[in-house]
Amino acid sequence: MVAVRDVSLTIAPGSFFTLLGPSGSGKTTTLMMVAGFAYPTRGEVFVDGKPMAALPPQKRDLGMVFQSYAVFPHLTVFDNVAFPLQIRKTSRLEILHRVGAALELVRLTGYEQRLPRQLSGGEQQRVALARALVFRPRVLLMDEPLGALDKKLRTHMQLELKHIQQHLHVTVIYVTHDQEEALTMSDCVAVMQGGGIEQVGPPAELYDRPASRFVADFLGESNFLDAVAVSANGEGRWRCRAAGGLEFYGVGAVPIEAGQPITAAVRPEKLVQAEDAGAAALGPGANTCKGLVEEAIYVGDATRYRVGLGADGTVTIKVPNRVGARPPATGAAVVLAWSPEDTRLFPRVAA
Amino acid sequence: MMGLEGQRSGPGGVAVTALAVAILVFLIAPVVIIVIVSFSGADYLTFPPPYLSLRWYQRFLGTPSWRQAIGVSTQVALLTMVFATTLGLLAALALVRGRFRAKGAIYAVLLSPMIVPTIITAIGLYFFFVRLKATGSILAMALGHTVLALPVVVIIMAAALQGFDMRLEQAALSLGASRLTALRRITLPLILPGLLSAALFAFLTSFDELLIPLFLSGVEVQTLTVRIWNSLILEVDPTIAAVSSFLIGVTTVVLGASAFLRGRGETTTT
Amino acid sequence: MRSMEGRETRRHLLLLLPALLVLALLFAYPLLGIVNRSVYKAGYTLQFYRQIFRIPVYLQVLAATFKVSAVVTIVCLVLGYPLAYVLATRRPRTAQLLMIIVVLPFFTSIIVRTYAWMVLLGRNGIVNQYLMALGFTDKPLPLLYNQAGVVIGMSYVLLPYMVLTVYSVMRGIDPGLVRAAHSLGASRMQAFGRVFLPLSLPGIAGGTLLVFILSLGFFITPALMGGPGDMMIAMLIEREVEITLNWSFASALAVVLLALTLIGFAGYNRIVRLERIFEGRG
Repeated sequence: MVAVRDVSLTIAPGSFFTLLGPSGSGKTTTLMMVAGFAYPTRGEVFVDGKPMAALPPQKRDLGMVFQSYAVFPHLTVFDNVAFPLQIRKTSRLEILHRVGAALELVRLTGYEQRLPRQLSGGEQQRVALARALVFRPRVLLMDEPLGALDKKLRTHMQLELKHIQQHLHVTVIYVTHDQEEALTMSDCVAVMQGGGIEQVGPPAELYDRPASRFVADFLGESNFLDAVAVSANGEGRWRCRAAGGLEFYGVGAVPIEAGQPITAAVRPEKLVQAEDAGAAALGPGANTCKGLVEEAIYVGDATRYRVGLGADGTVTIKVPNRVGARPPATGAAVVLAWSPEDTRLFPRVAA
Repeated sequence: MMGLEGQRSGPGGVAVTALAVAILVFLIAPVVIIVIVSFSGADYLTFPPPYLSLRWYQRFLGTPSWRQAIGVSTQVALLTMVFATTLGLLAALALVRGRFRAKGAIYAVLLSPMIVPTIITAIGLYFFFVRLKATGSILAMALGHTVLALPVVVIIMAAALQGFDMRLEQAALSLGASRLTALRRITLPLILPGLLSAALFAFLTSFDELLIPLFLSGVEVQTLTVRIWNSLILEVDPTIAAVSSFLIGVTTVVLGASAFLRGRGETTTT
Repeated sequence: MRSMEGRETRRHLLLLLPALLVLALLFAYPLLGIVNRSVYKAGYTLQFYRQIFRIPVYLQVLAATFKVSAVVTIVCLVLGYPLAYVLATRRPRTAQLLMIIVVLPFFTSIIVRTYAWMVLLGRNGIVNQYLMALGFTDKPLPLLYNQAGVVIGMSYVLLPYMVLTVYSVMRGIDPGLVRAAHSLGASRMQAFGRVFLPLSLPGIAGGTLLVFILSLGFFITPALMGGPGDMMIAMLIEREVEITLNWSFASALAVVLLALTLIGFAGYNRIVRLERIFEGRG
C-alpha cells in the first residue's frame, strides 16, 4: 500500500506552506516524514540544505504541533513550555524570560501555574504552540491543529497563527483538509490526493486556475458542464459544445485535442445575470446561456439559485443579498453571462 | 446491565439474590473467621473466641524461626519485585510499541508460566538449582518467583502502556528530548500508577508462593509459607492463624494500594 | 530511511532480550530438563511412562485426579454461575464493590485459604462445633482428611476463577436482547432460558475448562486436606521427587500432567475465540 508517491516539494523560507487534501491523501504522512516519525522508502528530506535522513526526530530541531495538542498532562503550562529549553540546558533566567515571551505571544500570560486539565481545548492548543515556538525552530510543522475547535474559535485562531508566523518569520508547513483554512492562511498550497500532488501554487492561482477537475472541485465550489471541444481559438482557448447544443468558450487547464470530451468548470460567483451591471463589464466575448430558475437557497449573505439549462445541465449561481439587487424568482427564465477566462476545461473523467 | 432491568430479566428474583449473597458469604467468611480467630485467647480455635488476646501474635513475632521466615519472605519478594518489574516493563514496552511479526508468539511465551502447573515449574527449578548446589538460596527463590511474576507484570504494564498516548512521547521528541529523557520525564511519570501496581503484584505473587520455595528452601532459609506448611504437617498450631492473618493483611494492603493507584492514574491522564 | 525503521525494531527486540533470556534459562530449560529426564535412564527409554499407565496404583491416582477435578468443576459452576449472574445484573458501581469480596480471597495465598478450611472442617473445627451445638449431629462429621474436604477446599480456592470468567462474558451480553424477548411475550424463565443462558454459554465453557485444568495440577489443598486414599497427580510428583527420589518417574508424571494441561488450554483457546464470534452476533 502506497501512502505517498512521487512527492517533490520546495518550500520557501519564511513562507506559510499548506498541504491540503482529503483524508488518506498522504498529507500527514508527508509531514511525518519531514518530522522524522515516518521513513521515506525512497527519496530524501532536506532542511536548509542539510539532509535529514540520518537524524532522528529529536535531533531535527523542528517545532511540531499535533491535532491532539499532546500537552503533557502532568506538567504545568510553564513546565510544558519550558520543556524544550530545559532539554537544551538553557539557563533558568533565560528560560523564565523566553517562556514569558512565548506565553505572551499566544496570549496566555498568567496561566503559568495551571494544569492542562484546567484549560479549554483552544487554550491547550495555544500552550502547544508556545511550546513549539519557544526554542525558535526554523520550521514549524502543524498537523491539523485547529481540527478539534469550534468554527468561531477556529477562524479566530487561523488569523492569530498567520500573524504569529509573519511576526516571527518562521517557515510553517501546515496540514489540513479544510480548504477555506488553506486559502485564508497560506502563501502557497499543495493540493494532495491519493498520495500524490495535484497542484502547487499560491491560493489565488489554485482557485482561479485549477489544474485538474479534483482541484476545481475540492477548492471552493464549481459548476461542471460536460461538453466536447470543437475548435481551437489560439493560446489554449477552445470553442465547446455542451450536450444540449450550448456553445461557449473556455481555457484548457491542460493541452486538449479537437473532438475530445471535456468537462468545463465555472465558479458560481462568476455567473451573473445578463441584465446586471456586472455583465456589461464582461465584454462582447462573454459566454451566455438561457436557463430556468429551479430552486432558491438562502444562505444569509447571499442566495444561491439552481438554474436548469435544459439538456446542457444544471448550474448554481450566487447572488449577494444587497440593497437594490433584483433576485430572480423561482420558475423565472434567466439569461446568464460569464467570462471565458473563468471557464476552465479539463479532460472528462469517467464517472 | 442496569439494576432496574435485573429484576425483570431473570428468574427467581429474590431466591437467586439470596443464593448469591450466601455464596458471597461463603467466599469471605473463611478469611474473616481466621482473622477473628487469630485474636482468640483460648487454647483451641473456637468461633467466636471466648475472649480476645494477642497471644498468638506474640508467639508468632516472638519465635525466632517465624521472624526469620518473615525476613526471608520479604527479601525474596523484594528481589522478585525488582527483577520482575524491570524485565516486565522492558518487555511490555517492546510489545506495545514494536512492529514485528512474532509479537503474538512472544506474548504467548511471556505468559506461558501462567499456563504450566506450578508444581512442574517448581520441580524444574529444583532439578536446575540442585545441580548448581544453590538450594536454600534467597536469590534462587527470587529468580524462581520472577518467572511466575513476570506474566502478571507484563499484562499490567502492557495495559498501562496501551492507555498511554504515544503522541505525548512524539511531542517530547519533536521538542528535542532524547528517547531516554522522553521516557524518564514524560512516559514514566504518567504510567507510574500502573508500574507501582505491577510491582506490588509481583511482590504479592512472591510473598504468597509456596510450591517453589517448598523445593528450593533450605533448613535455615524458609519462607513464611513454607514454615506454615511444615507446621501444618506436624500440628494445627493456633499460631498459624496469626501468621495467616498477617498474610491476609499483606494481601489487603497490596490490593488497597493498587486500587488507590488506579484511581490516581485516572486523574493524571487526560 | 529503512535503516531507522530497522534500528527501531532492533531496539525493541533488545528490550525483550532480558525477559526472554530469564525465561529461557529458568523456565524453558528446566522444562526441557524434565522432559529429558522422563525418557532417559542409562539410555533412552519409555519405561517410566509404561510405569504410569500399566501399574494400577498410578492409574488410580490419575483417575482420582480426574474425578476430583470434575466434581470441583461442577461445584464451582453451580455456585459460581448464580453469583456471576447477580453481579452482572447490578449496576457497575455496585458490582465493583461486591467484586472485592471475590477478589480478596482470590489474591490470598492458597495455603492460608486451605488452612482456614482446615480450621473450619476439623473434628473439633468450627463447623462441627456448630453442627453439634445446634443438634444436627451427635458425633463430629468427618469433613477433613477425605475427599469431601478436598472438594470443599479446592472449590473454595477455584470459585473466583469461575465467577470472574462467567461474569466477564455476562457483562458483555446486551440487556436489550432480554428486553426484546420480554416485549415479544417471553416470561422471565423463558427469556432467561432461551436468550440469556445460551449467550452466556461461552463463559460457562471457558470457566469450566479453566477450573478443570487448574484442578488437575493442584497440590497444596489436596495434600493438606486429603486422606491417604486421595492422592492426586501433583502430590504423587512431589512424593517421587522429595521422598522416594524417583526423579525420572516424577518427570514422566510431570510430562503427562503438562500434556493434559496444554491440551486443555488449546481447547480453552478455541472457546475463547468462539466467544468473540458470539459477541459479534450479539
